[in-house]
Amino acid sequence: MSVHATSHIGETFVLNLGPQHPATHGVLRIKLTMDGEYIAQAEPVLGYSHRMHEKMAENRSWHQFLPNTARMDYLHALAFNLAYVCLVERMTGIEAPERAQYIRVITTELNRIASHLVWFGAFVLDLGGFSPLLYAFDDREYILDLLENVTGSRLTYCYFRFGGVYNDIDEDFVPGVKDFIKRMRSRIPMYHSLVTKNIILVKRLKEIGPIPAEMCRKYGATGPVARGAGINFDVRKHEPYSLYSAFDFDVPVYPEGDSMARYMVRMDEILESLRIIEQAVNRLPDGSVMADKVPKSIKPPKGDCYQAVETARGSFGIRAVSDGTSTPYRMKLRSPTYSNLSLFAEASQGMLLPDALALLGSLDLVIPEIDR
Amino acid sequence: MYTYLKEICVGTWSLLVGLAITIRYFFQPVVTVQYPHQALPMPPRFRGHTELVWDEKKAGHKCIACMACQRACPSGCITILGEKGEGVKQKTTLASYKLNFTTCSLCGLCVESCPTKALDFSKEFNLAGTTKETYVYDLLKRFEEKYS
Amino acid sequence: MTLHPELVELIRIVAYIVGLIIFIALNAAYLVWVERKVAGHIQRRIGPKEVGPWGLLQPIADGLKLMTKQLIIPYGVDVTLFKIAPILVMIPSVMCFVTIPFGENLVARNLDVGLLAIFAFASVNVLGLLFGAWGSRNKFAIISAARVVSQNVAYEIPMLVVVITIVMVSGSMNLHDIVTQQMGGFWHWNIFKFTASPLMPVAFIIFFVCMLAETNRAPFDMAESESELVAGAFTEYPGMGFGIFFMAEYANIVVGASLATILFLGGWDSPVGIFPGVIWFLLKMYALVFTVIWIRWTFPRTTFYSLLNLSWKILIPISFANLVLTSAMLKVF
Repeated sequence: MSVHATSHIGETFVLNLGPQHPATHGVLRIKLTMDGEYIAQAEPVLGYSHRMHEKMAENRSWHQFLPNTARMDYLHALAFNLAYVCLVERMTGIEAPERAQYIRVITTELNRIASHLVWFGAFVLDLGGFSPLLYAFDDREYILDLLENVTGSRLTYCYFRFGGVYNDIDEDFVPGVKDFIKRMRSRIPMYHSLVTKNIILVKRLKEIGPIPAEMCRKYGATGPVARGAGINFDVRKHEPYSLYSAFDFDVPVYPEGDSMARYMVRMDEILESLRIIEQAVNRLPDGSVMADKVPKSIKPPKGDCYQAVETARGSFGIRAVSDGTSTPYRMKLRSPTYSNLSLFAEASQGMLLPDALALLGSLDLVIPEIDR
Repeated sequence: MYTYLKEICVGTWSLLVGLAITIRYFFQPVVTVQYPHQALPMPPRFRGHTELVWDEKKAGHKCIACMACQRACPSGCITILGEKGEGVKQKTTLASYKLNFTTCSLCGLCVESCPTKALDFSKEFNLAGTTKETYVYDLLKRFEEKYS
Repeated sequence: MTLHPELVELIRIVAYIVGLIIFIALNAAYLVWVERKVAGHIQRRIGPKEVGPWGLLQPIADGLKLMTKQLIIPYGVDVTLFKIAPILVMIPSVMCFVTIPFGENLVARNLDVGLLAIFAFASVNVLGLLFGAWGSRNKFAIISAARVVSQNVAYEIPMLVVVITIVMVSGSMNLHDIVTQQMGGFWHWNIFKFTASPLMPVAFIIFFVCMLAETNRAPFDMAESESELVAGAFTEYPGMGFGIFFMAEYANIVVGASLATILFLGGWDSPVGIFPGVIWFLLKMYALVFTVIWIRWTFPRTTFYSLLNLSWKILIPISFANLVLTSAMLKVF
């Protein structure tokens, strides 16, 4: 049940939520004008971890920008890798071999599940439930181990290369992924009965924090936020990149637009990602994982190019302008949570503080990605 | 009245289900590794800071001081000094290989760019120090210490 | 030579007070340890284990750490309220123990209005939290203060209504008498006294829920709610100031669990009707405390209005229904 303040007569006070606050997951600061426990006005203040990734791109070669992509969204680093790699491959006409493409899809989707698991845990933690976080991390550990064995790192992966991937998967990877799929499918019902059906959680999420489709369009919100508002948009489905058109998967859409809808979208997406991984693992072809003729120094022809991918948080796009030299002329990064967060000010108006924090958690924010 | 009672029953049931799940986990064995006392094996592809690899044929490292890694590094954390060898065809040999690990992002571009495969990742992760200078490694010196 | 009876009484009281304070301090320290261990195992990890065997010295280490910390009085706080608040929270919890009978003869002071005394002291506890939060001059703490007061007002009503039912059944406010009436096996306990009212188990659940809310425990920890209000009322408290709030919280849990044991579970009576003793009291009480901890590590936190809804729309009507039913059945039988 949602409670909205009807008027803001009387005294208000300013509450600084963050930059160090348990619910802002990093260094987001929200300046709240409060009327008692109701939010009269919310103003997100960004930029505490701004690192000028766009400017950095203009000062280094196309190759050298690769590790930067992983450091924006630390939870779904491989999707950012993928976006950049797909972009440069499209600009230069390099074709990655099929096996590499399959490996890219498998690892990106595994990473997406890991990201959703962190979100799930952190979200329930925001709502005051501790144990689901640890259960989610238990599952996530499997993914991290799998990816660590392949890529060599656990969080900020730098695995994809122009024309392929850094190195081939090892022999334990495919059986490990199959085990994980089985394990994860048996864990999801547990999550649903422990958390989703819990009356306390239902009371906190159902009909709380409504974000209508109109508002999503107005602010350019994408990903689970938009899909939770009934907008059927998934870059993987509607502007397929890499190999996504070859897989059979559904886009979960919930029309309610409340926090519960966004929660359910992500939980369903874990299952859809498992479906994609299962198909990809079964069809994984043999062959090399690196294209034959990748030049040492990448010099894309003059022109500009835009590549969007679906990350765990929404559609991430890179627009790169090349002037034919070995450094990009301009690189514009469109990060999904920047748009998703900007609707918070409007959506949270008149809400109670705990509900607003539930709404904030359901947006699934990764601050370094907002600030870039 | 019916929906009111139904909500109470469904709600209470959902709470009991949750309690049943957590108590089941309470009696199950722990899944964590007691880290300082136990440790997991390092995956072979783990990326620590880079190091020079031992080459049997040359009985030493393979670095030819070509500066490819220095050029490839996105953060500019590699500084290589080469010196003209005496006599033998005036080949450059490595005099010092400085890796500033404080700015390294372990991307692996240096390892990939090496034409002689002289670099590889180490397995070191337990790094602690009190000064920044601790992390400016001289890879050549470390190499000599390791294989002397 | 015989001692003056008043002197004996004085020595007895002092001994009890000292014993109770030790009991409370040990409980607070080791319930934190139990809580961390239980939380650990529920989350499939071990919990404290490094300090002493099974981490048993952890509470002592924590206590020493809290005690050695500087007591910072932040700039701009109301110093009197800020300093008095932890004491105001702690003392009532200690006072509550005075009338609690742990065994047949193990009670510091057997008052005829023991039940009333406990509720009177428990209400002061809220005042302490309010003072501390208000005196801190911190916005999170002030929000927390407002929550604490309305939460406690809302939850004292169903709790007292349930307690009135029990008083009607036993016809006494003396805790010792209430237990004595339930002696002789678990079928005599108030929770199963279906001749008084078929809703008695429900009344026990209501009492338990209200106890959770009264002691500010999850899922009703509106006052602290660390993901919303940082640490709520205790945000500004350093070192042992916070430590005392923490101890009081656990002391309150023990009081609540003891009260539930006395009112519903037959106090020191053994379930099979033979060998009653203090051991049964402690077993029942710690089983309830374990449930409290277990609940905390399972559920998310409720919000404030659903908490009030629960109280006013569900708990209060049902407890009143139970009251009416009990009085009717007492009249009939």
